[in-house]
Amino acid sequence: MTRTIRTAVQSHRIPAESPWSGLVRKGQTIRIVDSEGQQAVDTIFYRANDFAERYSAQDTMRAQRAAYIGTGTKIISNEGNVMLSVTADTSGRHDTSAGACSCESNAVRFGHETKYLHACRDNFLLEVSKHGMGKRDIVPNINFFMNVPIEPTGEMTIVDGLSKPGDYVEMVAEMDVLCVISNCPQVNNPCNGFNPTPIEVLIWDAE
Amino acid sequence: MSRTPEQIAADRTRYEEHQRKGLEFAPKALPDPSPLPAPELPAASVIHKETIPGGWYWWTELKRGEAIRMALTHGPASVAMVAWNAVDPSERLNLPDTVKVQWTTAIGKGRVIFSDMGRVMFSVIEDSSGAHDGLVGGSTAASNAARYAGEARRNTRDNFVLVAGKLGLTRRDIPSVLTLFAPVRVREDGSFVWRPELTHAGDYVELRAEMDLWVGLSNSPHPLDPNPEYAPNPVSVTRFRAPSPAADDLCRTATAEAVRGFENNAFALALA
Repeated sequence: MTRTIRTAVQSHRIPAESPWSGLVRKGQTIRIVDSEGQQAVDTIFYRANDFAERYSAQDTMRAQRAAYIGTGTKIISNEGNVMLSVTADTSGRHDTSAGACSCESNAVRFGHETKYLHACRDNFLLEVSKHGMGKRDIVPNINFFMNVPIEPTGEMTIVDGLSKPGDYVEMVAEMDVLCVISNCPQVNNPCNGFNPTPIEVLIWDAE
Repeated sequence: MSRTPEQIAADRTRYEEHQRKGLEFAPKALPDPSPLPAPELPAASVIHKETIPGGWYWWTELKRGEAIRMALTHGPASVAMVAWNAVDPSERLNLPDTVKVQWTTAIGKGRVIFSDMGRVMFSVIEDSSGAHDGLVGGSTAASNAARYAGEARRNTRDNFVLVAGKLGLTRRDIPSVLTLFAPVRVREDGSFVWRPELTHAGDYVELRAEMDLWVGLSNSPHPLDPNPEYAPNPVSVTRFRAPSPAADDLCRTATAEAVRGFENNAFALALA
């Protein structure tokens, strides 16, 4: 059975700058679509029946001995378990070193005058609060469709995204997970082409 | 929301200006690594000395203005570190912000280490190597079991579960870890490489606390350490009163980002 929007069991359009969360069952496939291109999608996963087990950027990088997320990446929890496997990726590299934007870090990075701009960590805080979690549960995340090359010298800078309209990444859940997304509102750097746009999330049952 | 081409162009220009300053100005303002051997600390400044055995953990309170020296006095080792605001531990070490805001993963002398709240937790006041890792994180029971023969070995993940637990915190509170004396760099293709030539015998780091902190340390081999033996050496840790920062203090003035971080610190302190 091919995965089309008609065979999806869930389909969500996430407006620009907005958060979303939903359950992905073991065996289901989740697809995140960068509908208009160059849109960073900040994402954290939590084990559905124990939120204290959650995505770990460092364990994920350690396990694959490489910095970027792409097809074949095992998404690892803080307990060392595989949460999801990345099975398809039409765009290229995804970041997991640069974290989510926040009012506080924007102010440090781009000037105090940028503090009062909506930011991913506020999205995350609003969304995880619906599930009984708080700021301490917001861990370093995956930035799908965000291009952050790290040079051999250590230099690190956010550059134009590689994703084209309609590019997507697909993951198979290896356990029941809560997926929490912030459709990134950042306009101080090129992660969204300085123009945040909607994305789509589709979920299919196991074939 | 749809933004106009003029808005987009203006924001891009502003970003590129920040980027240019971040990538070009800051490294020129930063000094060479601290010379070796590490000088003796004035005896009157020393608050506590600890030797962390290979494999073990230790934690300490660190008041604002105090500093911690970690030194490889017994041979090679790597020291993984976490830290929390002692007053509100929901504020904690944030490595993504630390590296993103300073435009580099290469933390060294003159750099600062940020919390998740846009404030400076530590200033790197001395550092002989600049060879540290904020990306890969620490060892786990499973990573050690896959690397080393014999019985299970002490690991950083379990060490920090213990540190957090003894501070009344839980695994939910363990942030990403910064590993000192771990010469990890990233190749063009994204793969990690261990570059031992960046380290030296007797390397040391001094971190000055810029707020009241709890600091956790784990002396367990880094997961990319190529040594096939599990052989962490003891590490010397000294908690001491750092000299008061001068108006032109390196860490407080080296970059525009650090200046703004310290402005946030000053604001928080004024409220207290």
